[in-house]
Amino acid sequence: MFQPEYESMDRVRLEAVQLERLNGLLAHVYENVPTYRRKFDEAGVAPQVGSLEEFASFPFTVKDDLRAAYPYGMFAVPMRDIVRLHSSSGTTGQVTVVGYTAGDLDIWADLMARTIAAAGGTSDDIVQNAYGYGLFTGGLGVHYGAERLGCATIPISGGNTKRQVQVMKDFGTTILACTPSYALLIAETARDMGVDPVALSLKAGIFGAEPWSENTRVEIERQFGISAIDIYGLSEVLGPGVAAECQCKCGLHVNEDHFIIEIVDTETLQPVPDGERGEVVFTTLTKQGIPVVRYRTRDISRIVPGRCECGRTFRRLERVTGRSDDMLIIRGVNVFPSQIEQVLLGIPGVAPYYQVVLSRRGSMDHVEVHVEVGPEVSFDEIKTLERLRARVSAEIASALAVNIAVRLVEPKSIQRSEGKAKRVLDLRGEGSE
Amino acid sequence: MVKQLTVFLENSPGRLARLTRSLGDAGVNMRALMVADTAEFGVVRIICDRPEDAKSALEESGFSVSVTDVIAVAVPDRPGGLADILEVLGSEGMNVEYAYCFVEPGGEAAVDVFRVERVADAMRVLEEAGIRVLRADEV
Repeated sequence: MFQPEYESMDRVRLEAVQLERLNGLLAHVYENVPTYRRKFDEAGVAPQVGSLEEFASFPFTVKDDLRAAYPYGMFAVPMRDIVRLHSSSGTTGQVTVVGYTAGDLDIWADLMARTIAAAGGTSDDIVQNAYGYGLFTGGLGVHYGAERLGCATIPISGGNTKRQVQVMKDFGTTILACTPSYALLIAETARDMGVDPVALSLKAGIFGAEPWSENTRVEIERQFGISAIDIYGLSEVLGPGVAAECQCKCGLHVNEDHFIIEIVDTETLQPVPDGERGEVVFTTLTKQGIPVVRYRTRDISRIVPGRCECGRTFRRLERVTGRSDDMLIIRGVNVFPSQIEQVLLGIPGVAPYYQVVLSRRGSMDHVEVHVEVGPEVSFDEIKTLERLRARVSAEIASALAVNIAVRLVEPKSIQRSEGKAKRVLDLRGEGSE
Repeated sequence: MVKQLTVFLENSPGRLARLTRSLGDAGVNMRALMVADTAEFGVVRIICDRPEDAKSALEESGFSVSVTDVIAVAVPDRPGGLADILEVLGSEGMNVEYAYCFVEPGGEAAVDVFRVERVADAMRVLEEAGIRVLRADEV
């Protein structure tokens, strides 16, 4: 453990710490964030609780609250105290911006260091960080955690897979951090290059940003000869570092000294007992920049009951395998089918009928958008069709920050529906466990 | 000037058969059929005796059809016959988007069909050069 004094804190003391921090948080947001002041007033709650149980009467925060506040409406500190900005992907109306104070970044580094330590990392390790650096929280999040732990950190970011393999080999990487599908691609590329992934110095991997199955974990561990752990986070709450597996691999320990986790019934929104499934809700206890109160993640999971053998007293969140909305995660990027629809409606020649088809090609997600050629398109010339396809592809890539293959299909060939259109055909099979 | 039908078809087995069967069932006789392919779709171009009926029949069968004006010319049956015609267009700066040829029933003359941007101008230029441009009923 990186911080055993917290990670194995006695639960009575932990809950006292949570309560104290929660009251600090409630006062901070009531004072500084108009959205929360309004929500609390409307719900008839004062920004003070005598017990954690009382917290269940507080209002929730949803993604739309953050979107409506774009860009800085939910920040709780003045901009001069913000030293880092990150955002989620998407076109205007979908993007959310998060801000961090120096203190927030310091905590984030500690939480991420805990994660790498849980994977088996120490200051002797060499971490190859193949999460994307940039506006996404993955790259820099893992980076500062690795440095905090004292690891030699390689800020290689994603892409250029042959170089990933070369670096892994030449630099003697011991810990790999990237999405699980990218890990499999790296392994495959290594073999194509005549490099045996098992013979590399790798001993552990930290994988997340997209759902992945036990089968995939077994595959990754086998192909690299490493121990692979799942990590969980979201930018609205922090980034990576919210929760992570330990070597027991039976649930992800949530950093409960910094987050309150609740599982609520998807219909009634009432908290459910440990062990029951529901929507995962987080409250940040120590973030100053953009704290969130009872943020509904739309992820569905449950708390794994009981004590973990590793000695950590933080409760475990079971691996997340489903969502309550239609958001897709494609190669680590969040995509809403409605974003695709928005792009298509803005392009003349394309009918507003489309279907996103997800499949697996080897280890990577392959995404295709099937788009109907509109009735007014003169499709006599192939160059017209090619240009249309190129335009749709470019606009989707620009709006969604992810490349999706576009396939033009015959008019009227996409199933029409009376009710909610089935916009997404997920043939990958692993996401829905 | 001739009305050519264009059908957008997904590149999968059976589509072309279905298309031609629809035409056959409607009593349409095709003069020429050309399929241009890409990896994912095909563009099928058809010259037939009754383009309007053919269009209705295909649309009823669920196909998407567009009608394009193309130029059909009689090609002299000698080496260089087609080159002479295409050089006339090229010298006037007219680009041929695509072209295809077929032989009339009876085998007397060859017909070249091509698509240009400015149909009326192209027809005038060809007629001025003494090239025989065919009417729809002559094809």
